[in-house]
Amino acid sequence: MIEIKNLHKSYPMGKESLHVLKGLDLFIKEGEFVSIMGSSGSGKSTLLNIVGLLDIHDEGEYYLNEELIQNLNEKKAAVLRNKFLGFVFQSFNLITYKTALENVAMPLYYKGVNRKERQQTALEYLEKVGLKEWANHLPSELSGGQKQRVAIARALVTKPKVILADEPTGALDSTTSHSVMEMLKEINAEGMTVFVITHEEDIAEQTDRIVRLKDGVIISDEKVNKTVNA
Amino acid sequence: MFDLDRWREIFQAISKNKLRTVLSGFTIAFAILLFTLLFGIGNGLKNMFETQFAGDSQNSVYVYSGRTTKPYRGLQSGRRIQFRNDDLQFMNEEFEKEIQFFSPNIQRQMQGSYKGEQNRYTVRGVYPDYQPLESAVIESGRFISVLDLKNRMKVVTIGRLVEQDLFGQLSGLGKEINLDGFAYNVIGVFSDPGGDNDERYIYAPFTTLQGMYKENDEVDYVGLTFNPKMNVDQALLFSNSLTKQLKDKHSVDPRDQNAIRVRNYAEGTKNVQQFMTVLNVIILFIGIGTLVAGIIGISNIMVYIVKERTKELGIRKALGASPNSIIGMIMMESVFITALAGYVGLLIGVFTLKAIGDGLEDYFIINPSVENYVVVGATIILIIAGTIAGYIPAKRAASIKPIVALNDD
Repeated sequence: MIEIKNLHKSYPMGKESLHVLKGLDLFIKEGEFVSIMGSSGSGKSTLLNIVGLLDIHDEGEYYLNEELIQNLNEKKAAVLRNKFLGFVFQSFNLITYKTALENVAMPLYYKGVNRKERQQTALEYLEKVGLKEWANHLPSELSGGQKQRVAIARALVTKPKVILADEPTGALDSTTSHSVMEMLKEINAEGMTVFVITHEEDIAEQTDRIVRLKDGVIISDEKVNKTVNA
Repeated sequence: MFDLDRWREIFQAISKNKLRTVLSGFTIAFAILLFTLLFGIGNGLKNMFETQFAGDSQNSVYVYSGRTTKPYRGLQSGRRIQFRNDDLQFMNEEFEKEIQFFSPNIQRQMQGSYKGEQNRYTVRGVYPDYQPLESAVIESGRFISVLDLKNRMKVVTIGRLVEQDLFGQLSGLGKEINLDGFAYNVIGVFSDPGGDNDERYIYAPFTTLQGMYKENDEVDYVGLTFNPKMNVDQALLFSNSLTKQLKDKHSVDPRDQNAIRVRNYAEGTKNVQQFMTVLNVIILFIGIGTLVAGIIGISNIMVYIVKERTKELGIRKALGASPNSIIGMIMMESVFITALAGYVGLLIGVFTLKAIGDGLEDYFIINPSVENYVVVGATIILIIAGTIAGYIPAKRAASIKPIVALNDD
């Protein structure tokens, strides 16, 4: 599903340039539940941005769904994001003046789905995350956990291949964190590839595979023993 | 463009973000309002001047004759020049293209009376063309006609004040009045924007008066208007040429200032027109200034709006919005608000001008108003400006990397 070979990325910092990713190799199969662990500055967010086509890599190869990503213009990237990727952000990133339902329906709008079908599908997904009754509420009227669930519904609504979650529990307390992780597990159980970025050990341990990143290189890549968590 | 879904998005963005809608709308509405008011008041000032110089056609030319003051071609000075019917024919033939309306004139002071009411009036024997020359407006009945002229009818068209003097509140139409002992039938009553004096005239057919008071073919003076298509300089050229040819025809020294006098209203018009031009330039300058201020205002607001929406645009891009859809959305919103607000400003401005009406007459402003095309033009300019002002920041916003936009707080 996601294949990365010798990936490099650096950011210009004045005259110097900051080398963030120093040659990563990573292969994620369809249906995997992977977490990227690392402290801040390890390059994990940069990796997610590149995988999520929000940013461009400098060197190396990146295949998304067996398609080589190169010379990507904004328009094409937009189409690919809409088609293959669903995002869940730490700060939810819901549009403040739109209701939960409208937020969830938005990716479908950019996909070109008609209005009636959009609303129907969006409502279905809200129901799935247990927020059907909150469909017409604005994000400001929802709790943090609820917002994140709306964001998850929004990420799922286009039936993407990969869910990219950037610190999805970073702004939540432990109980709601737990329920959000449960939800991601369910999604994964339905066959979707889930890619979580976190710096919390206990969150990472709930995934199937932990990739540890430090100073722009992968220092370990191991399967989690499921029985421990069970 | 006519995508209903996109308009829904825009309407939602507009209605859910009232502050920013009101801000940008207010700027535009205010600019158009000021523009309308300034232009309207400027026009009111112009109207005032036009009314001041009304009364007679702006393109009138009057030709008078008198005694010569210089000997010429063996003729002595002090000779009286008399226009005759052949002069009329001469003028009409020589200047067929230049002359619009033409009327010779015989003028007499007469005692006018009707059933005991009487007064002294100036009676003029004229052609039907004299009506537009004097800018007389027929209130009832009609003016002297070609047929009256041909049949030397004893008919008169009287001024509004003549009717008031002789008939009081009653209509004079169809009644017979007595002018120096002869009975004339009143066929019409006129009013004149030139004021009281002009409404105390009595007009009779030229031929009637010529037959009764002048020796067969003599003419007192001639009034005419030049073709309005001519500009002031052409008009002056025409009257100079007319003077020269008449002087030549009557063997008058070209330097003789008294024997043949041509009074061209275009001279006065020229001064007024120059003043108007200056006034127009000032108005235009103020108008453009207002528009520029409006354009700068809307540009600033568009920059602010895009800045404020950076994060939202980042989210939209992450969810699959193409750069073009972002640009389109912002620009359509901008155009919509500008057009609507511009229209509101226009309406307020026009209604304010209507409300002012003639209330500012003491300040030399009469009927302040704006031509529709001026305001519509101004609104279109602002819309275009709003579009451009929206396009530049929208394009920049669309090209920001989504990750940068998402991190914007």
